[in-house]
Amino acid sequence: MIKSWLSSVIGLSSAIGLSGDNALARSFQDPRIRGWLMQAAVLLLVALGIFELVQNTVLNLQKANIASGFGFLENPAGFAINFSLIEYSAQSDFLRAFFVGVLNTLLVAVLGIVLATLIGFSVGIARLSPNWLVARLAGLFIETLRNIPLLLQLFFWYFVVLQLLPSQAESLTPGGGIFLNNRGLFVPRILWEAGTFAPFCAALFASLVLAFFARKKFALEGWKVLAIAALPPLLLLLVLGWPLSLDMPVLEGFGFQGGISLIPEFIALLLALSIYTGAFVAENVRSGVQAVPKGQVEAAKALGLPSGLIMRKIILPQAMRVIVPPLTSQYLNLTKNSSLAVAIAYPDLVLVFANTALSQVGQAVEIIAMTMVVYLLISLGTSLFMNWYNARLALKERGVA
Amino acid sequence: MRNQAPALIFGIVFGALLVYLFLPGAPSGPARDAQDLSKAEQENLAPEAARGGTLRVVRDRGELLCGVSQGLPGFSNPDDKGDWRGIDVDVCRAMAAAIFGDASKVRFRALSAKERFTALQAGEIDVLSRNTTWTLTRDTVLGLDFAGVTYYDGQSFMVRRDLGVSSVLALDRATICANTGTTTELNAADYFRTNGLEFEMVVFEKTDEVIAAYDAGRCEAYTTDASGLYAERLKLKNPDEHIILPEVISKEPLGPAVRQGDDRWADIVRWTLYAMIEAEELGVNSANAQEMKKSDNPAIRRLLGVENSYGQNLGLRGDWAFQIITQVGNYGEIFERNVGKNTPLGIPRGLNALWTKGGLMYAMPVR
Repeated sequence: MIKSWLSSVIGLSSAIGLSGDNALARSFQDPRIRGWLMQAAVLLLVALGIFELVQNTVLNLQKANIASGFGFLENPAGFAINFSLIEYSAQSDFLRAFFVGVLNTLLVAVLGIVLATLIGFSVGIARLSPNWLVARLAGLFIETLRNIPLLLQLFFWYFVVLQLLPSQAESLTPGGGIFLNNRGLFVPRILWEAGTFAPFCAALFASLVLAFFARKKFALEGWKVLAIAALPPLLLLLVLGWPLSLDMPVLEGFGFQGGISLIPEFIALLLALSIYTGAFVAENVRSGVQAVPKGQVEAAKALGLPSGLIMRKIILPQAMRVIVPPLTSQYLNLTKNSSLAVAIAYPDLVLVFANTALSQVGQAVEIIAMTMVVYLLISLGTSLFMNWYNARLALKERGVA
Repeated sequence: MRNQAPALIFGIVFGALLVYLFLPGAPSGPARDAQDLSKAEQENLAPEAARGGTLRVVRDRGELLCGVSQGLPGFSNPDDKGDWRGIDVDVCRAMAAAIFGDASKVRFRALSAKERFTALQAGEIDVLSRNTTWTLTRDTVLGLDFAGVTYYDGQSFMVRRDLGVSSVLALDRATICANTGTTTELNAADYFRTNGLEFEMVVFEKTDEVIAAYDAGRCEAYTTDASGLYAERLKLKNPDEHIILPEVISKEPLGPAVRQGDDRWADIVRWTLYAMIEAEELGVNSANAQEMKKSDNPAIRRLLGVENSYGQNLGLRGDWAFQIITQVGNYGEIFERNVGKNTPLGIPRGLNALWTKGGLMYAMPVR
């Protein structure tokens, strides 16, 4: 409609002789060129606006005697962080503290996404179960957890976890160097003799390749695949003379030494995020499954397929096309919601950098901007991957032969 | 679809109007006087300074905007009627008494540790009176000016009595809870490192969560300024089961801060503080101030504005200090009323006694 209106206006203007003969005027009449010009003008305006904004901020900060710039990143941070995937101490610089925060955020986001997907698919399928009790329980789970604010669930899990777990002296332990108490979960750490870890990784990769071939080329299934896959790492370990030992966590004084520790804040955050998001994913899964035409299931039943196989081979592959797009936004939500960690002292990016570092340095503009960029990159990365996955799943139309 | 558009537009406009009508009143001070503002920019001054300063903005507004904590008993905490109480609160009331002659003309804004400096920088408050430690960094790169010290504090540790610990040095490998966004995180890291001790730090944004986690046994010790420990101990299930360790590991001079670049406004905060301390030293309190006007002591007569009018030099009323003392009280009264021996906090004067009594409280002479 707009197009026809435009062309009528152009037609009218040329009819009454508004346009000159020169090339400039003619190119103005070309809707494509005019479109480009308009877009260029808008882009210029936006760029000018952003420039003005930045310029103004920097000027105002200078005028108010507030420091600016990123020089602070090289200064020692001075504060301790109790959960870090990389080497960090209070003498490390702010940049390192920043990466500790980024990695902690990524860790909880990635594990949360995996767990939320598992919970979501199980509960979503359970909700459609012909078993009355299972379906109702799944429904109750979804409706309750979807409708309580995440922050409250976070506090609930955190303080429930803290209150339920015993003190360190009375740790729950199934033996084998595993301890659970109100300081977290402690498990033994595997120590590798020097130079043996890399070959082991290679052996693991080899077993992946072996398993792949066992399934595809020799059509093996189940236990046989597992047995074949377990061979390379086991053989390697035997050849090297069992080069690993366990570093057991031991209670010394006020704390456990050695082993790997998972702090209760991490456990509570992971639980809350994956259960809350899982409830939403379950609804996506339900809608996806219900979108598969009934005829598909009936046809599969007519062929005599067992119901588990129908779900795995017939329903889910088709349902995925409906499930994946909303799933993407749930993944993004989970990542962004992980910033609520600040409420229960899990040292994620927001707590470490946008909170502690910010109050030590005071440069809000730089620090908040860096934090925002990180979330933006994580979200865009997730989106890109999910879009690629979605495109792969899409119906491939066959060309006319 | 098309014929729903008017209804939709009406809905949006009406909704926006409703929201607008019920918005809380915003301070109307800054953002006026565009003319003066640009002049200020030319002269490279703080915008308020050219407009007759924060003082004029505050006078025009008719009330003082004071940034306080989100609830720290003894320093700034709403009582059961919703009125703010505490030393930091009384400093703001004293300023209102000096400026308006009416200590009630203050509006308090509760700020988290993280928000406080940004709120002051952005002009949302006129003065930050929120148990804030005076440090070099804060005084320089944050665009702030500290006007004095209202309470000499120091960082300490609180532990459960049954832990059997009587010194911070016995806390090797302990887990310690603290607030984020404070100097306490840094002090604890320094102290443990210099003493060759290991520790684990759990930091929360809000004090209530720190207390809840400490109470639930997440950590052996809770560290913050000693005054804060006394205050927070009251919130625990059984306050008597907790002790505060004797070590004070840092200097924490707490005081009010203002924006840099408006020296006259900083003067008003500074001398409000000195007037309260001087009053205590001279024995002038809220009960006898009227009587003391007849005193022969020239220092008292100067303070109460009977002789010279020092108030005018500050840009205030002549009886500024008299108003502070009668409406809010002298420093000793404020201390005893909020945190002193007869309050639940029961903090001794210690460093906060007058210099004549072995403390650090010392007012510059009012003359």
